[in-house]
Amino acid sequence: MTEHSEIVEHAHEAGHVHRDDEASKMAMWLFLFTELLLFGGLFLLYGAYRFEYADGFKVAAADMNSFIGAVNTIILLTSSLSVALSIAAIQRNQKKLCLGMLWFTILCGLAFLVNKYFEWSHEIHNGIYPGGPALENMSNGEVLYFGLYYVMTGLHGLHVIVGLIFIGFVMVFISRDKITSTNFQKLENSGLYWHLVDIIWIFLFPLFYLLH
Amino acid sequence: MSEYSESVNTEAEAHLTEAHTHGHLVGYGTYIMVWLGLVALTSITVTIAGIHLGSLTLIAAMLIAAVKTSLVGYHFMHLKFDNMIIKVFVLVCLVIFLAFWILTFSDLSFR
Amino acid sequence: MANGSLANEVSYLEYQGKHKGIAGWLLTVDHKRIGLMYLMAIMVFFFVAMTLGVLMRLEMLSPGQTIMKPQTYNSVFTLHGVIMVFLFIIPAIPAVFGNFILPIQLGAKDVAFPRLNLFTWYLYMTGATLAIVSLFTGGGAADTGWTFYVPYSIRSAQNVTMTTLAAFILGFSTIVTGLNFIVTIHRLRAPGMTWFRMPLFAWGLYATSWIQVLATPVIGITLVLIMLERFLGIGVFDPALGGDPILYQHLFWIYSHPAVYIMILPAMGIVSEILPTFARKDIFGYKQIAISSLGIALIGYLVWGHHMFVSGMSDTSRIIFSLLTFLVAIPTGVKIFNWVATLYKGSIKFSAPLYYVLAFIFIFSIGGLTGLVLGALATDIHVTDTYFVVAHFHYVMFGGMGLMFFATMHYWFPKMFGKMYNEKVAVIACTVIVIGFNMLYFPFFILGYMGMPRRYYDYLPQFQGWHVLSTVGSWILVGGIVFMFGNLLYALLKGPKASMNPWGGTTLEWKVPSPPPLENFDEIPIVTGGPYVHDKSTYIMHPSREKIHTNGGAKSAKEEAAL
Ligand code: HEM
Ligand SMILES: [Cu+2]
Repeated sequence: MTEHSEIVEHAHEAGHVHRDDEASKMAMWLFLFTELLLFGGLFLLYGAYRFEYADGFKVAAADMNSFIGAVNTIILLTSSLSVALSIAAIQRNQKKLCLGMLWFTILCGLAFLVNKYFEWSHEIHNGIYPGGPALENMSNGEVLYFGLYYVMTGLHGLHVIVGLIFIGFVMVFISRDKITSTNFQKLENSGLYWHLVDIIWIFLFPLFYLLH
Repeated sequence: MSEYSESVNTEAEAHLTEAHTHGHLVGYGTYIMVWLGLVALTSITVTIAGIHLGSLTLIAAMLIAAVKTSLVGYHFMHLKFDNMIIKVFVLVCLVIFLAFWILTFSDLSFR
Repeated sequence: MANGSLANEVSYLEYQGKHKGIAGWLLTVDHKRIGLMYLMAIMVFFFVAMTLGVLMRLEMLSPGQTIMKPQTYNSVFTLHGVIMVFLFIIPAIPAVFGNFILPIQLGAKDVAFPRLNLFTWYLYMTGATLAIVSLFTGGGAADTGWTFYVPYSIRSAQNVTMTTLAAFILGFSTIVTGLNFIVTIHRLRAPGMTWFRMPLFAWGLYATSWIQVLATPVIGITLVLIMLERFLGIGVFDPALGGDPILYQHLFWIYSHPAVYIMILPAMGIVSEILPTFARKDIFGYKQIAISSLGIALIGYLVWGHHMFVSGMSDTSRIIFSLLTFLVAIPTGVKIFNWVATLYKGSIKFSAPLYYVLAFIFIFSIGGLTGLVLGALATDIHVTDTYFVVAHFHYVMFGGMGLMFFATMHYWFPKMFGKMYNEKVAVIACTVIVIGFNMLYFPFFILGYMGMPRRYYDYLPQFQGWHVLSTVGSWILVGGIVFMFGNLLYALLKGPKASMNPWGGTTLEWKVPSPPPLENFDEIPIVTGGPYVHDKSTYIMHPSREKIHTNGGAKSAKEEAAL
């Protein structure tokens, strides 16, 4: 047993002095916690105002197209799948498949954003935005619902964009063989980030679209 | 001597690969199954929201979202294979987040 | 480590790497240099904020307008609070001494992510710059108090937006530092350094870092919402649109109460370093002190409501928060008890750092005990938002963390710069500071009890006696502080060389040269015992020279790798 660990120690010294995948994974998780709590504050506000203005929230949500919301949910879930598959592929040294999966992920992310764009512009077109003409005649509950809707989906959209940029960088690394089947923590980390973005949407979807 | 060093090499290599691939090759099929589960849960949420269940709607939706989250976390985010310490981290984070909710609502629900 | 041995012949101060001169500092990833860069920036801001504090006291010398208008006074106390909290007290000990000492104490060559570490310094400087710029742009310096309470902060015509943005960026900087430290502590402890062989300063930083990671994002989003509220009027904090200002206070204090433990836990860690060194005795109750740091951090998340007793929150909630607040006294009491017990029957060597620690224990106890007055519902309602509160938080923040910052400057000064300061002057300065401090802030308790509200530039004539006493105290305090820094500055330029271990300390930073070489150790040491063992060495500094392979060490390191 002791001999064994000595060997491990040596292997560590010889192989790679500065790389510690476990450390970078740990750091990524800690970073995800900060993201979770960033959104956590907003979720708390949502909970509080929904508790206070249950009816206003329902009225406001009736305006939402839950079909588009559901489609976007499926899109993000699928993109999460493709990220997970890309990691499985790089582990098996299937570089092409891995890159393909990541391209697919990026497409999904873009599709999600396009959907969001149409949704937002629809609302804005109808005068529903902070300070907008339609919002002025609405009850407090509705105003707060839309206030939170814009902030939370907006911040989430921002995270989708950041996630896409991460994945873009990772793809460059993969194609230059900086990320390989024995060294893919960067891919793993951007995957973790992408899944977190997915998880946040998993909650946003029922909270904003499914209040009947 | 040479025998020894050879065994050193293989052992070390075995360890390296274990450390870097996390030693776990998950089949593509598993991921697809998880995804199917997630899609199914999504359609269940949408269906349940269509039925009039009163306050149960919210509870059901949140429960389903929690199940979906744990599927994503456990399988896609590889929590399944992670060291105990990462799992503990996640737990601590969630417990503290829960405490924020409970204490805030100790105000809101008794005003 | 081909160049490692070469690099280790010169100290980190003299080492010339790829970048020379000033670039060698601005582009460094060495944790020690980054620590010093933080030190310099933080000192500057401390002096700025201190000057603002003295100006406020000058204003309060006589009733009515003395040297500034009410609006100016509002901006001055806001700026004083923002700088002291976000630029000095929250980052100071972790970013300066945590950076400098933590890796050495753990037996590591650097933190886990050195480049990220440098990045936090730039974030810090960006935030600081924004805070300064906000003074002169927009509508002028923010006037909301450092708490940015809504709805005033979303209506104020002053440049609140930029000040909140500054605080946001500073928060991000501390998050990244915290994250870096957590990973460092988990991954980079030297072989054999089990959790319970780790110095207590590292434990303090560990608990602190968790608060930084798990609480700061909440204020981040809250500040973003203020900005959005000001730009767009989304309504979440605007009562006119149905928003609830009390929810703002919840979110603000969800962070800002734990933040007071960000301030104090590293300071407490240093108390636990200094005492065993100068009592020349193992610390009493090592495990209790270590665990109580985590305990304080945990309970710290559950008590934020005690800042909101008069805000209109529910009675149930007020009772719960009051009750939970008292729990904090338990782990804090455990620490104080253990510290005093460490001194008991020690062969005490009186020295400047120890004087500061004794002053800390005295002043912090007053701050802590008056905290109980504020934590109890009934008494708080009498003194909330009065000078009593101002006295309390200066006693715990300044008297607690501030004094420990000074203590630390003396304790690790020889290590950081390789020079010795004049001991006698240091002790005199400490005495002056303690006298000035109490003269400045003790009258605040009395004034607050008599009903003097905080954040006013004016007061009723009957309060004048105490205000004058306090203002004179502020001059004495500042005199002491200037004297103290003068002494250190003189030592920096002209002081005699310090030895490797001038105090007889037992932790790893005392086993490397003063100042330490670039990579701290030529070889990662092996740890064979606890951190405060005085009668024998618990480190093997050159395992390979002594033909020891890291068998035992590696094994326990591996067992703990899971951690
Ligand atoms: C030379 C030292 C100092 C002096 C003379 C001083 C003086 C003052 C005064 C006069 C006030 C305003 C009281 C009022 O009108 O409400 C104040 C507020 C404050 N001080 Fe200090 N102080 C000093 C050091 C510190 C330090 C070291 C800290 C933090 C570590 C600190 C943190 C604060 C905070 C947070 C406030 C509240 C600001 C607000 O109301 O928004 N001060 N100080
Ligand atoms: Cu508090």
